[in-house]
Parts: sequence; structure tokens; C-alpha cells
Amino acid sequence: MSSDTAAARPLTEAPTVDLSTVLARGPRPPRPSAWSASLTFGWRAVLKIKHVPEQLFDVTAFPIIMVLMFTYLFGGALAGSPGEYIQFLLPGIMVTSIVMITMYTGVGINTDIEKGVFDRFRTLPIWRPAALVGAIFGDLLRYVLSSIVILSVGLVLGYRPEGGPMGVVAGVALLIVFAFAFSWIWTMFGLLLRSEKSVMGVSMLVLMPLTFLSNVYVEPSTMPGWLQACVEVNPVTRVVSAVRTLMSGGWDTGEITWVLAASAVLVVVFGSLTMRLYNRR
Amino acid sequence: MGDGQSGPAIETSGLIKAFGDTKAVDGLDLTVPVGTVYGVLGPNGAGKTTAVRMLATLLRPDGGHARVFGHDVVREADAVRSRVSLTGQYASVDEDLTGSENLILLGRLLGHRKPAARSRADELLAAFGLSEAAGRQVKKYSGGMRRRIDIAASILNTPDLLFLDEPTTGLDPRSRSQVWEIIRAVVANGTTVLLTTQYLDEADRLAARIAVIDHGRVIAEGTPGQLKSSVGAGAVHVRLRDSNRREEAARLLGDMLHSTVTLDADPVGLTARTQSQGSETGATEQASEALGALARAGILVDDFSFGQPSLDEVFLALTDRPAEDPSDQLAEEMA
Repeated sequence: MSSDTAAARPLTEAPTVDLSTVLARGPRPPRPSAWSASLTFGWRAVLKIKHVPEQLFDVTAFPIIMVLMFTYLFGGALAGSPGEYIQFLLPGIMVTSIVMITMYTGVGINTDIEKGVFDRFRTLPIWRPAALVGAIFGDLLRYVLSSIVILSVGLVLGYRPEGGPMGVVAGVALLIVFAFAFSWIWTMFGLLLRSEKSVMGVSMLVLMPLTFLSNVYVEPSTMPGWLQACVEVNPVTRVVSAVRTLMSGGWDTGEITWVLAASAVLVVVFGSLTMRLYNRR
Repeated sequence: MGDGQSGPAIETSGLIKAFGDTKAVDGLDLTVPVGTVYGVLGPNGAGKTTAVRMLATLLRPDGGHARVFGHDVVREADAVRSRVSLTGQYASVDEDLTGSENLILLGRLLGHRKPAARSRADELLAAFGLSEAAGRQVKKYSGGMRRRIDIAASILNTPDLLFLDEPTTGLDPRSRSQVWEIIRAVVANGTTVLLTTQYLDEADRLAARIAVIDHGRVIAEGTPGQLKSSVGAGAVHVRLRDSNRREEAARLLGDMLHSTVTLDADPVGLTARTQSQGSETGATEQASEALGALARAGILVDDFSFGQPSLDEVFLALTDRPAEDPSDQLAEEMA
């Protein structure tokens, strides 16, 4: 062994590695709490946004296009003018945009898990869901950013929320709670499906009907009866109603309770499915 | 270390993992003693990585048992996780983050407070010669730097057992010997290392014991010395000027070295194993005499080398067939 060391030595001229000082075997710090581990993963997500800011393009440009497109496309026909239509449309288009961008959670998890770094996370003695919860915490930041962008565009186009700042904040907060819960559907698909492309494909299949067959663009009363039934059971409709009421200064306890309960169910069902897949991989 | 157990670091019996119809690991029995480097040698697809992933609690075995420091890898996964670290074949760090951010992130996840995590990160970066690259994204690191940051991340809390899955594959010679030095230092400090490799010389340099695996099971186990003597002390590789004289050269070398000679895929290349056991002269003397005999017979040699048996030769000796590496198959198809 010693002769081998001597033979190898001339090769290591430059940075010599001296580990004598770093290989201490002191007492280990206690294991972090579930909350602190999740926050640390959230910090990782923020760092990733800092290093790859292009990824914010999806959550800013897309909503702007949505707002502009639908306001001017339908405004004249549906409400007489774009300015009047946006009073009705903005809360709905905000819900649509945020629900749509939750799919990037799944795309992100899918690309992340392909890389070796998740192997390391999964060998750490920490609360198991922390890596995924933290990733969604990072996504919440994007949802907030996206909401701010949409609101700003709306205000420029003439949207005037009757609920004032308080109503708007309450509406956005409820939407973010729902988006957090809804994201767990995508973490599940992110772990279940093989490629980023298939995650995208499935998410469009789910999201298109979910966002269009709702009360976002027109009043359901204008639709045929069978379609109204579909729209009524669509969770997006309920979220839109609740957020719309909050932002226009009202308070609909029934709808708010429904949204919070649905969020809890989503987290329990898709959270546990996600964790099953995560542990199996 | 420190928990009063005298058992082995790793103990597996009949470990099985199948992916569809293929059994990647097929009845693996391993016993890895505490405090040494244990080498797991095998070609691509032998099941090395799958075995390591099961031991590191990343994959659930389909059959058999595996214990790490006495803890079952499935039922007591958390106890195992608190004592092991893994440096995978592909960078087990976040390539979008900087070296320093990666280490702080892991420090935080291991329970250090922010200032402690930061100073531990600085300490490790300095020790691994990465201080200058601390603020650069890992994706901009060279192969050798990536390996070092990866290993640094693995010893953030010095583990009792470190899994190194082909840590030197694809590295230049200098980075390779740096990794070797790191492994020696880690072991000297009391950590047990499970090292998988495709290179016999690497296992020979570092490991106290080696298991050779093929098709997911152990086909030979022992100290490097035992393994090499079962295979032959070394091998002479010769490249001739004239391919027409290869048969003749093969006969000559076979007579001189009392061993079988294999014809390489290269039409002018051949390889002869030397035996040091039961012979008066050493392997190097035998080799130089054999080369002299070729010269006397007028067979021109363009190039020759004498070295330890390659993985292929180990496999040839142990299984009577070469290691099934995709690149070998390609070479055969092309020949």
C-alpha cells in the first residue's frame, strides 16, 4: 500500500487535499424539525430562481398574455367593452393562470428527480416529505409573483376591485392555499411519469377542461343545463366564486369553507400518493 | 463506531432486486467489516449500483435481507440513514447551486444552524481545494472538482459508512489520485467505505477486501492478493508490427510463460498472463524473457506493456468469458 501511495504522489501537484482538520467526529447536531427542513428546501428553490431567473418567464409572461388575450377577445362581445368585462374576468383569469402554472411543480420535480441530487436528499435522516414540501414552498413564491403581475396588468386595463386592498389580499391568499394543495396532484404525476413531456401532456389534458368548463369566462346561466351541471361540480368554479366574492368586497362562508375543505382533501389524498411513490422510487 | 456493536458494517444475504424480467441483483451475499475499504468490482451492468442503492435505502429489495450496522435497510431505514452517506455515480449535488450553497444546504438539513453550516462549508471547501470555486455553480465545475464537492457533501457529518459508487470513472489521472487520497484519509479516520469500481488496480490500491460481482452475485471474494493470485500476477500486452505473425507470437509467449494467450480484438494485439506462484523467477523477469524470445525469433514488436490484470482478464480467469461491457460487444461486432 505504501509503495502505491508514493507512486501516486507525483501526480497530485496542485490542490492537495488535507482532510485532517475536517474529519472531526464531534457530536452531531440534532435532526432538524419537519418545518425547518421544509423551509431549507424552500430556500433551495429560491436559490434556483436566483441562479436561473429565466424560469420566471413562464409565471409572468403567460399570465400577461392570458389577461390581454381574453379581455380584448371576449370583452366587446360579452360585456359590451373590455373595460367592463375585466371587472368580471380578472379574478377568474387569475385563478386560471395560477392553477395552470401549478403544473410546473410536477415538471420541476420530474427533472429534479432524474438528477443525482435527490438520491442524496433521500438518504438524509430528515422528515421525508420535506424535499417536496420545500419545492412547493418555492412555487408558492411564483404564484404570489404571478398574482401580482396579473393584478398590475388588470389595474392598468381598468380593473377596480370593490373589496379594496384587503379584499384583494384575502382573495389571493385563498387562491394560494388552493394552489398549494392542487400542486400535490403534479408532484404525484412528476414522480409517476417518465418524462417532463408526459407530465406536460397529462397536465394539459386535466387543466384545459378544468379551467374552461368553469365560470371564469361567462356566467354559467348562459350555458345548456347539462354543461351547467359540469361547471357546478368543477372545483375551479368554486374557487373562482370565492375569490371573486372576496375581491369584490363580499364574504361567502359557504364557498370559502368548500375551498378550504377541498384543499385539505387534495393534500391528504395526493400528498400520501406522492409520498408512496417517493418512497418507492 | 461508538455504539458498542462488534458486528460487520454491512451484511447481506440472498439480496434480490429485479427490474421487469432482469434480475439486477440476484442473491447477493456480502459481509463488509468495519473500518476498512471494501471493494466491489464488476463490469457495467453487474448490479453494483443497484446493490449500493438498496444498501443506502434508496431501493427496496425484492428478496433477501440487508443490514447496515445491524439495522435492517427496509424496516429501520431512518437508523441506517443517520449513519451512511452516498456519493452516487452521477453528481449527488445540485448543479444549479454554487459549491458553497450546496454545502450550506446540506449542513442545514443535517441540523446545523446557519452560522455553523456556513463555517463548516468554508472549512470543507478549503480542505478540498475548492475555496476559489465556492461561489461558482457546480455545473461549471470540472469532473474532478465535481467529485470533490460531492465527497465533501458526503462527509459533512463524518459518516460511519460511506458509499462511493464508481468515484473515479471518467476522471483524469490527477483527479483520480486525489480521490484515492481522500478515500484513504476518510478510512484512516474510522469510516468504513464501500467502493464500487470497474478497475482492479483501483480496488487493489485501496481495498482491504474485494468482492467480484457478475450478474448480480458474488463470483469471487478475498483480499486483493488472493484475488490476483487466482488470476495471475500480471499480464503482458504486445502489439506486433505484422498481424500475420500473431499466431506464431502467441505460441512463443504461451511456451515461455506457461499460460494461455488471448488474441485481442486489435488484429496485431495479444495478451499473455504471467504466473508468479510456483515459479522461481518473478513475473517481470518472465515477461522480459518472453519479449526477448520474440525479438530472437525476428517478430517485430511495436509496443508492449506489462501491468496488473485488467477487469477483463480477471473475468476471463474467473468465468472463462470476458466481462460483458457494452463497449466490448461493440468491439466484437466491429471485428
